[in-house]
Amino acid sequence: MTEAKNTEPLWWGLFSAGGVVAAFLVPVHIILFGFAVPLGWVSDSGMLYRNGLIKIYLFVLIALPLYHWAHRFYFALNDMKLGLPRKPLALLCYGGAIVGTLATIWVLLSL
Amino acid sequence: MAEPTVTLNVTRYRPGKDSTPTAESYAVPYHKDWVVLDALNHIKDHMDGTLTYRWSCRMGVCGSCGMMVNGVPKLTCAAFLRDYYPGEIRVEPLSYFPVIRDLVIDMSDFLDKLKSVKPWIIRKTEKPVSEGEYLQSPAELEAYKQFTQCINCMLCYAACPVYGLEPEFLGPAAIALGYRYNMDSRDQGKDQRQPVLGSHNGIWQCTFVGECSEVCPKNVDPAAAIQRSKVDYTKNWFKSILLPWGGK
Amino acid sequence: MSVVRPDKSKLFYRELPRSWWLSKQSYFLFMLRELSSLFIAIFLVVFLVQLYQLTRGPEAYAAFARKLSSPGWILFNLITLLFALYHSITWFYSSAIVLPLRIGEREIPRNLFVALNIGVLIVVSLVIWRLFLAFNG
Repeated sequence: MTEAKNTEPLWWGLFSAGGVVAAFLVPVHIILFGFAVPLGWVSDSGMLYRNGLIKIYLFVLIALPLYHWAHRFYFALNDMKLGLPRKPLALLCYGGAIVGTLATIWVLLSL
Repeated sequence: MAEPTVTLNVTRYRPGKDSTPTAESYAVPYHKDWVVLDALNHIKDHMDGTLTYRWSCRMGVCGSCGMMVNGVPKLTCAAFLRDYYPGEIRVEPLSYFPVIRDLVIDMSDFLDKLKSVKPWIIRKTEKPVSEGEYLQSPAELEAYKQFTQCINCMLCYAACPVYGLEPEFLGPAAIALGYRYNMDSRDQGKDQRQPVLGSHNGIWQCTFVGECSEVCPKNVDPAAAIQRSKVDYTKNWFKSILLPWGGK
Repeated sequence: MSVVRPDKSKLFYRELPRSWWLSKQSYFLFMLRELSSLFIAIFLVVFLVQLYQLTRGPEAYAAFARKLSSPGWILFNLITLLFALYHSITWFYSSAIVLPLRIGEREIPRNLFVALNIGVLIVVSLVIWRLFLAFNG
């Protein structure tokens, strides 16, 4: 099982899934929560987010693009030749995405 | 009226004598049907016989005359002077490869990598000649056909910043050729190529800059081969983890 | 077949300059594409913090939304929206290369593939927008 030991397909799979979510779902959420709600174009009581299905949706929306970020940011910083040490950088990026995932679960379960 | 000329700034490097390459300027007669390789041949024949570069077929088939022309990897036999005239033309050896002399690069790294992906048809058991050919449908041919067009000119390596950054990276052409045999319905060697193609220095180093496919003179799409391989290996990885029988 | 190897000590080695991604438009656009993920991630983390405020009560939630109406945040979200749309377009273009759509045996043209995906993005966005209004109306 040498195949399973190399975890790069796992991270790439999460990166891709996050890329799809970011491409199709994120823009309208930026319009909603970056402009429409803060500027009062629409009202948002927040009641909606207590629904179980909506919670699953929000989990996908928030968690997956974090892995998309982790993968791209890690490789982009490498590509920029900033001389950052690789292992700590990888830990920061992919670890950050995992922490973000756990935080998302915690917040959504607390709602 | 004087004959029009075009200025070529050509990289010169004499091993053992020069510590770094320098640029030498040559004013070469301008003809609108000349390519950069014609201008280099003119320099070698009439101006400086020591200028060293590789070339052979002059028709985009052999893949020997790849150089950086104004910073872009090109086959010099297909780069017309008229596309640069009256501007000056900078001719340099292909990026990232070590320079042997003048415009000649050391390609042994590429040749090692090419060999490592086993770019030939691998059969578990060869069937006897009496049983006839290995038949293939047009759709099966289509699955890999474009990748057979590769002429090993290495322009894609010179366009790839990842190769510049990580000399261990297997690189566009070698991966595209490994993929070409993986996609061939007659081939059974995918498992044998996996340790090289599916490794960190194989497909996973690629960040999909996409320039390899842009510069390819034969319209091969190495970037597609690499990303499709990633999808394929990722599917198999998840199958091997999630399915009790390992997706076999 | 053995590979002829030149004398390594006489070779001249060149390095990728650190500023390589500024040297060519396509490289620069590549780097923008990669960095779009950072803006998207920051937006989502801010959104998560907003949801966290909701666990502290509707007042905290409303207060946080008001904070986001400051010019600084609006500007940030405007930049993020542009990056997000750039991500969408480049992602669709990449998908056209990686997972081409076939009708019969022929791949559909890449530009058509991108156009179809933009269509899906618009429809999905309108549906989410309508659902949001319907539930909050």
